[in-house]
Amino acid sequence: MKLTQISVFLENRKGRLCDVGSLLGNHGINIRALTIAESPEFGILRMVVDKPKDAVDILKRKGFIAKLTDIVAVEVDDRPGGLAQVLQILYDNSINVEYMYGFVEKFSDRALLVFRFDSPDKAISVLKKNKINIVGAKAMESI
Amino acid sequence: MIWNKEMECMGLENLKNIQSERLKKIVEYTYKNCSFYKKKMDRHGVNPEDVKCIDDIQKLPITTKNDMRDSYPFQLFSAPLKEVSEIHVSSGTTGNFTVVGYTKEDIRLWAEVMARALGCAGAEPGDMIQIAYGYGLFTGGLGFHYGALEMGLTVLPASSGQTKRQLKLMNDFKPKILACTPSYCLYMAEEAKEMGFDPRKSSWEIGSFGAEPWSESMRKEIESTWNMLATDVYGLSEIIGPGVAHECQHKKGLHVFSDVFYPEVIDPKTGKHVKKGEKGELVITTLTKRAIPLLRYGTRDIVSINYEKCQCGRTLPRISKIVGRTDDMIIVRGINVFPSQIEHVLLGIEGIHPHYQLVVDRKAGELDELEVIVEVEEKIFSDEMKALRSLEEKIKKEIESILGVFVRVKLVEPKTIERSEGKAKRVIDKRTL
Repeated sequence: MKLTQISVFLENRKGRLCDVGSLLGNHGINIRALTIAESPEFGILRMVVDKPKDAVDILKRKGFIAKLTDIVAVEVDDRPGGLAQVLQILYDNSINVEYMYGFVEKFSDRALLVFRFDSPDKAISVLKKNKINIVGAKAMESI
Repeated sequence: MIWNKEMECMGLENLKNIQSERLKKIVEYTYKNCSFYKKKMDRHGVNPEDVKCIDDIQKLPITTKNDMRDSYPFQLFSAPLKEVSEIHVSSGTTGNFTVVGYTKEDIRLWAEVMARALGCAGAEPGDMIQIAYGYGLFTGGLGFHYGALEMGLTVLPASSGQTKRQLKLMNDFKPKILACTPSYCLYMAEEAKEMGFDPRKSSWEIGSFGAEPWSESMRKEIESTWNMLATDVYGLSEIIGPGVAHECQHKKGLHVFSDVFYPEVIDPKTGKHVKKGEKGELVITTLTKRAIPLLRYGTRDIVSINYEKCQCGRTLPRISKIVGRTDDMIIVRGINVFPSQIEHVLLGIEGIHPHYQLVVDRKAGELDELEVIVEVEEKIFSDEMKALRSLEEKIKKEIESILGVFVRVKLVEPKTIERSEGKAKRVIDKRTL
């Protein structure tokens, strides 16, 4: 049920984000979701792509520092309070969210969010118990 | 092996006699053949007749790096150019090259001391050596080359760079000895891992590393990464190139081949000898060189000397590992900072490969600022911002506690710090004073 995210170390320099984008583009890798965490000096680019292992190999060959992390993609009702409902469940079960971000494309009439948990397995079982839909790698391919 | 038992294990009295004889001759020789030295000695009020034994060496003036630059290109040569077989230059950071020459006899000397050096490292005739120091005007490659031929090693003159090819040579030919800069050795480990090759399974058993200062912690890193013995070679082109001193397998200091390169340690401020065993600037006299013999050359390297006989049987004095260079040292807000101190901190923080650079700057009317730039590597990279920020903070705190100077730490992408000849450029001083 877990998905794989790629994170890339980027210096705050002109054109670095563009370098990553065109490198992946040239190799036919599609970016599904992305976010950037930034400090004044550097950033961490996090992405969900269709071929994560290939993407990491390509990036590393070009000298980027990149790694894979397990994340969980969760379907949320696309209405006011939809996100809050999921967060409430996590809060009630003491599950810590390291960070989260949304998908670029629409998966259904519902919104798709990516969560990075400190304990992803526990989060998955809690969410399932509460009937929250989790999107697996297979379902992702059909986007 | 001990390449030249007679010279390397000689009784100290005998050694002193040989040094005294050689000093007298070389002082006469330079006074007679090099007008630069004649003038220098005359100005200093010293005559060749004043030098009767090795202890009289203190009567002679110190030769400095500036003397080398001022005598550009050949004025410090004692032999006529037509007797010079080979010329090398080292790039200075400012102004002219430093130019050195070798007569045929000097090349034989170079081969001899480098054979001794390789013997210190543990080489035996018949072993294969991969020389990954640059060949050419830089003394590293050819110095090792001559010594390896002299000893009867099988030489792979790979020169520096082309890392994939280096690793393929190693993998296919199985050389036992590697000679290169320590930072290049670690760099090759990164590349090896990327190629899916386990560095611990390499054929290299012995490394002779030098041409830049490196710390004990870097040694540990090399030895554990490559599963090899990492020994230290010392030299500088002004004296001969590599082959001035080398560590034996006990790694308790570098044996100086003092029958030909006489070492002293002085206080760089007063020019006087420090007390036995204390640290100071290493000063070397080349006792037998012909093309460009130097009297009391100030190396700017900071060492101490241990005169006790070594477990390996050599009686040659041992210099400590170079802790810093008087001209590598930067003064930040009045505090002396050596790049090796920063390196030590980084290696202490698990996983940080020592590719770093210090940038010192001073804005008008403000205090000095020291920035430490560190290349991020996979082991320490995290997808979480807080982990990287706390790493920055940890590096900053540890450096500040050791140096007592405020620093800024900047994490950068791999391979962004400039490297030249495999030597990493450690310090950039942007201050205009």
